[in-house]
Amino acid sequence: MKTLENILPKLVIAPGFLIGFAFIYGFMIWNGVLSVTGSRMLPNYSEFVGLDQYVQLWDMDRWWVALTNLGIFSVLYVGGSMALGMAMAIFLDQKVRFEGVLRTVYLYPMALSFIVTGTAWKWILNPSLGLEKLMHDLGWASFHFDWLVQSDMAIYCVVIAGVWQSAGFAMALSLAGLRGIDDNIIKAAQLDGASLPRIYWRIILPILRPVVFSTVLVLSHLSIKSFDLVMALTAGGPGYATDVPATFMYVMSFTRGQIGLGAASATMMLATVAAIVVPYLYSELRAKPHDR
Amino acid sequence: MIAKHLPRALIYGILLIAAFFFLAPLYVMLVTSFKDAAQIRSGNLMSLPTSLNFDAWSLAWSSACTGVDCRGLKPYFYNSVIMAIPAVLISTAWGAINGYVLSLWKFKGSEVLFGFLLFGVFMPFQVVLLPMSQVLGFLGLSSSLGGLIAVHCVAGMAGTTLFFRNYYTAIPRELVNAARIDGAGFWRIFWRIVMPLSTPILMVTLIWQFTNIWNDFLFGVAFSGADSKPITVGLNNMANTSSSVKSYNVDMAAAVIAGLPTMLVYVLAGQYFVKGLTAGAVKG
Repeated sequence: MKTLENILPKLVIAPGFLIGFAFIYGFMIWNGVLSVTGSRMLPNYSEFVGLDQYVQLWDMDRWWVALTNLGIFSVLYVGGSMALGMAMAIFLDQKVRFEGVLRTVYLYPMALSFIVTGTAWKWILNPSLGLEKLMHDLGWASFHFDWLVQSDMAIYCVVIAGVWQSAGFAMALSLAGLRGIDDNIIKAAQLDGASLPRIYWRIILPILRPVVFSTVLVLSHLSIKSFDLVMALTAGGPGYATDVPATFMYVMSFTRGQIGLGAASATMMLATVAAIVVPYLYSELRAKPHDR
Repeated sequence: MIAKHLPRALIYGILLIAAFFFLAPLYVMLVTSFKDAAQIRSGNLMSLPTSLNFDAWSLAWSSACTGVDCRGLKPYFYNSVIMAIPAVLISTAWGAINGYVLSLWKFKGSEVLFGFLLFGVFMPFQVVLLPMSQVLGFLGLSSSLGGLIAVHCVAGMAGTTLFFRNYYTAIPRELVNAARIDGAGFWRIFWRIVMPLSTPILMVTLIWQFTNIWNDFLFGVAFSGADSKPITVGLNNMANTSSSVKSYNVDMAAAVIAGLPTMLVYVLAGQYFVKGLTAGAVKG
């Protein structure tokens, strides 16, 4: 009886963990295996091609476009959401009235799917009927805005919609962080004659560093995974001008019949996320041994 | 703090401009959905519809076309309901059990196991797409709602485990030890002590999982068949249908319909939603 009691907890979670680990690590390996085969329409495990798929991947213009877009998108999306979110949090933290209402308004996009917001933004950014027409009606006749259909500008439309969606999230985390700061620190700094921007820049921001860090981490991994928003807003177009690795992987694997290449691109995405997340997870779990 | 230096009006002005930026798309979606084609052409994004016209809504719900299929969003909406309810409940229950063991019944190596599981929260799901579609094929679950439910349960498990594990870590071990001395076993402690304390984290996890699963597009588009597409896929297909005349009013009504369930949850249980977001971000 005693032994059963001891192994029962392990027994209870074992099946779930086996399935979970098969899903995470088993599939990771499986995907890796696929990426070194010559699989096209169907997986073909007998045709080993070594790193050919990776060589081909890095030779493709389309992959480079996807990577460039990811770079532009990640930097502007993470930076924009962070800056806007932090600014809103600081202003909201000034004991304003209707704070609850404003917070609700800032954060609601996060509850919506990227497909929904992408559909809405596609209409707003529509070159002839959307924002452009609004500006014309307001009397700005020369206003011209057709980024959505311009190959070299469409990715910035994705950034606009992405920042709109995620700034509230950065705001919520920053506000939670700000609320945790002791008012006395700020009062003391003010007595010393420090100016307000200086207080925020030199005192508050450093205290918020862990919050900023985890927000940036979450937003960065979201940006690497971003798929829905691009699909809804531009479907990767015009042409493949707004492709990102996630849409590249999907198109290669499911519509172009290039499974091996798709798997190779997925491995590259995994490597990028792992490079960001693994050191973080490692330090988190090491630093706080939950030995209560 | 800023207050003494900046006029209040400026603070409120900035906050209101931000509120306008966040509300504008919702406003545009709503007003556009009540316009007819002529009003869309004659008006602009912000102009109010001249009359309340529900045609676009009924088209979007029951007869708009996605490709050759002209049944509106209704079947997709039901698919999402049928998919989300079991997937949310199973992944939540699964996470509760895992979290219970990983916090209150720790064993040698359980922290390491948890660390390895945690990577599943961040992993880009593109890596599992190809193997998963093969496994679903082996299991006979390809292109079915059953397959989507299974995928969401497994994919959500790492996240739900994280929520419950972090929450249960705060339950004093003494409580559990005392119950054990009184003869309560593993399950009895779970049901009689831990579960009654779990309402807040249950709310957070249920809302979090519902939002994720309802809003999912990647698994939906990769693994669903003709009759099992979730609402996000239905909406995307409808809005991206290349027909000669684009009905933006129908697209906007469809987008509102697709977003309505998560919006409702957000309005009704906003504080729990925020907790879920912050809990999901600050790990460890």
